[in-house]
Amino acid sequence: MDYLLNEQQVMIRDLARQIAKEKIAPVAAEYDEKEEFPWPIVKLLADSDLFGVYIEEKYGGIGGGVLELAICTEELSKACGGISLSLAATALGTYPIILFGNDEQKQKYLPDIAKGRKLAAFAITEPEAGSDAGSIKTTAKKEGDHYILNGTKQWITNGGEAEVYTVVAMTDKSKGARGASVFILEKGMKGFTFGKKEKKLGIRASATRELIFTDCKVPKANLLGKEGLGFIVAMKTFDKSRPGVAAQAVGIAQGALDFAVDYAKNRRQFGQAISSFQGIQFMLADMATQIEAARALIYSACRMIDSGAKDISKISAMAKMFASDVAVKVTIDAVQIFGGYGYMRDYPVEKFMRDAKITQIYEGTNQIQRNVIAQALIKESLK
Amino acid sequence: MKIIVCIKQVPNSADVKIDPKTNTLIREGVESVINPFDTYAIEEAVRLKERFAGTITIITMGPPQAEAALREALSLGCDEAILISDRAFAGSDTWATSYTLSSAIKKIGSYDLILCGKQASDGDTAQVGPGVATHLDIPQVTYVKKIEEINGEKARVERLVEDGYEIVEVSLPCLFTVVKEINVPRLPSLKGKIKAKAAKVAVWNAASLECDPKRLGLEGSPTKVMKIFNPPPRKGAVKITGEPEEAVDKLIELLGKDLPR
Amino acid sequence: MERIRILKDKCTGCKLCVRACPFAAITIQDRKAVIDLTKCNLCGACVEACKFSAIELKKETAAKGTDLGLYKNVWVFCEQKKGKIQSISWELLGEGRKLADKLKVKLCGILLGSNISGAAAGIIERGADEVYVVDEKELENYLDEPYTNILVELVREYRPEIFLCGATTLGRSLVSRVAVKIYTGLTADCTGLDIDKETGNLLQTRPAFGGNIMATIITPNYRPQMATVRHKVMKEAAVQKGRKGAVIAKRFDKKIYASRTRLINMVDELEQTVNLCEADIIVSGGRGLGCADNFKLIRELAISIGGAVGASRAAVDSDWIPYSHQVGQTGKTVCPKIYIACGISGQIQHLIGMQSSDVIIAINRDPDAPIFNVATYGIVGDLFQVVPLLTKRFKEVCKK
Repeated sequence: MDYLLNEQQVMIRDLARQIAKEKIAPVAAEYDEKEEFPWPIVKLLADSDLFGVYIEEKYGGIGGGVLELAICTEELSKACGGISLSLAATALGTYPIILFGNDEQKQKYLPDIAKGRKLAAFAITEPEAGSDAGSIKTTAKKEGDHYILNGTKQWITNGGEAEVYTVVAMTDKSKGARGASVFILEKGMKGFTFGKKEKKLGIRASATRELIFTDCKVPKANLLGKEGLGFIVAMKTFDKSRPGVAAQAVGIAQGALDFAVDYAKNRRQFGQAISSFQGIQFMLADMATQIEAARALIYSACRMIDSGAKDISKISAMAKMFASDVAVKVTIDAVQIFGGYGYMRDYPVEKFMRDAKITQIYEGTNQIQRNVIAQALIKESLK
Repeated sequence: MKIIVCIKQVPNSADVKIDPKTNTLIREGVESVINPFDTYAIEEAVRLKERFAGTITIITMGPPQAEAALREALSLGCDEAILISDRAFAGSDTWATSYTLSSAIKKIGSYDLILCGKQASDGDTAQVGPGVATHLDIPQVTYVKKIEEINGEKARVERLVEDGYEIVEVSLPCLFTVVKEINVPRLPSLKGKIKAKAAKVAVWNAASLECDPKRLGLEGSPTKVMKIFNPPPRKGAVKITGEPEEAVDKLIELLGKDLPR
Repeated sequence: MERIRILKDKCTGCKLCVRACPFAAITIQDRKAVIDLTKCNLCGACVEACKFSAIELKKETAAKGTDLGLYKNVWVFCEQKKGKIQSISWELLGEGRKLADKLKVKLCGILLGSNISGAAAGIIERGADEVYVVDEKELENYLDEPYTNILVELVREYRPEIFLCGATTLGRSLVSRVAVKIYTGLTADCTGLDIDKETGNLLQTRPAFGGNIMATIITPNYRPQMATVRHKVMKEAAVQKGRKGAVIAKRFDKKIYASRTRLINMVDELEQTVNLCEADIIVSGGRGLGCADNFKLIRELAISIGGAVGASRAAVDSDWIPYSHQVGQTGKTVCPKIYIACGISGQIQHLIGMQSSDVIIAINRDPDAPIFNVATYGIVGDLFQVVPLLTKRFKEVCKK
């Protein structure tokens, strides 16, 4: 389908596609197996300027929006959903600065992020605070020109590898969600250490790690926006980043479908290619249709967001929810088409299935997305 | 340092498929790319520029569509691009091609180094690089796998040969043809692509070159294509089917005296 | 006036020319062929293909000032390294002899080097009637400029009609310069050489335009007709003990040896124990192996039959095996007695490099893989089963 991309978007797509095909696809299985962070690939992505697609030109970026980010994430995810995450998670960690940072903060952090010299990460989740962000236990106590952070963040993508962290902490516990604030932390700050690296089902090339704050002293200048804005920062960030997760999901699904089509054409049983069997054809047709529907929804959502529309939570949640459900379904079917080979780690499709699952879970489980969508619906009906 | 890189646009050989029925190449939809060997020449030029500062001029002789190859080179860090294009060049063999390129290089004027890929992936002659050097009366080193040292007057390079390599010293200006071992070409960057899109590509025709028109194109080419034909179709393999054990035994039997004993 | 045109009244729009054009320069518009002159290379493939004589190509150009009749004899450049004549020279002498006999002229060897005169007898024993020798200290190692200058002088003085050279790293560098200086045609990597009975021209056949078509190329109006041939393409000339011929020693003014390049050192790379080009048996692996580890199956099979290990571009690009093992268009051309392709689909780029092997054995799961078109014997099956079995059987059969 023609999504009427402009010249620059086509350039981004083609370059990301080239890198995915030439540089990521050949090493995807290896990084998955070793559970290693793909620094050489990150370096390539950095040199290609792809880390800056959604960052303003005056901060060293390319000047695109969430659509550009989605296009890029989708293409990279076709080859490896884990490796693409280094970029997508950096965007997640950067959006709080883009949305709420003052010029000084932007000048300080965005150029390095746009150039890929520094990765970023967003830290909200804690052992006791997943979907329920109001129960965050990490605290930030103001002391003179500083805040003192204490607590632990869990399952932080890019944790340990990133240089820049946007961290949600409670400045006033008594106010619940309205007592949360967001701080920019840098790797190496005193009292900021990393806990264990997680072992995961999928996206194993991405780093997922604990962040530990022990009397970590953060300058006041690193507070994003105002005290108490934390929850809003997080929600606005997710509104921008969820289409990226959706794009990751659709990329994973497309990657699996491409393998499935290729396999079906070449695999012969009963004297003919299995692609000549209607049972297989119907599966492929359904997979392709669902992917296209998901992509259309994502691109529309991105365009709406980039146009500056106000109420974007609903469409953003819809895109994330729909695309991730499609990804799980399509990748399971891709394994099915591969039959016994699909179940083997020597063949590429089982990885897509493992990688797809997380997209239903992170940046808000799909149940939370449904909450968001329903709440928006009810709110609209009251107008 | 002033560097000139000569490139050629070729069909992407990774795309080329054979029609199993007619045994001919399927050319439809095959995209054009920079000759893979030339990408190493471009990368080496960019690396030299990064080390010693200077400019890189990229030139190609070809149809108007070859501009795309020049723009790609610009996106990788080359500074100026010249497309040498004229119907008068059609039918050029390696003699006429190297003559035309050298005429364009004379028009560019001064330079320290000319870089070419070791050969083009479609023609595979490896003649144009040395041909250009000869027309310009400059020394050449072919199959360069490493530039050890280079300054305004001299270079010391490693040249790949069948059973190892040679270390050769050469005075500048000179021409190198480079091999795959010399580097790993970088990917283009978005900003490079955006810049290349807006860059101006000069187009030089035959009249704009100071050259003998009788030495151009088909007329200037000593070699002529007399006949083009498809290779006689092979009869195809004796297919051995069945269980692996049987198949292997059958093969050994068929090979018979061909096997070393 | 264009050199090529479609005769509209004869064109039926049958598309034969569209398919034949190596440059995708022809399209059908309003049921007639139209040539995009910016893409056309005037190669004439369409003229050959057209069944209705609807394409006219003006190829003939006026003969040059060169008096072709003044040029006689077939020359072979005899490449030597460290005083040893390279086997490519024997192959060229074998082919050169046939051409000289057809033309009823002499076959001459050209030998440049230092302390090399003694090798001339060996060239005569391989069929040469005359050997021109330039034996000077300055020629001990190959350098482009002195070697070029001498060949140019010799050609100008003795006027050969055909001049053959090996398509080696040395040969390709050298004769490219010579041909430009003399202003004559040079055809690279010929796979077939013959004499046109009518014109006496050298017919030089080589794969063209990246692959599956062949072109016959001539140099009708210029002399000598120069051609290079890759190693292992032609058969070596047999030794005829005691064969007699003339040795002509040439000397030149010292300034001919001036060179702007200087050889500092030669480094032999000993790790390159695999000399694929010389191997009689090659076992190659491709994409079907799946990973670097599985190349051990190929190595074991190669050991069992005393062969060398080759690879397809796909395997090399995946970093499963070094580039020095690559067979094909961008790798090495090989011509062993037995070539075993395991898990190689047979992309044209690979086939170009191995299709003249005497016996080709293909092992592939896909019965439609193009490799089976060039193979002598094909096993359709899983290489992970077939290869170990074959290794075992070879060990039994081929024990020394």
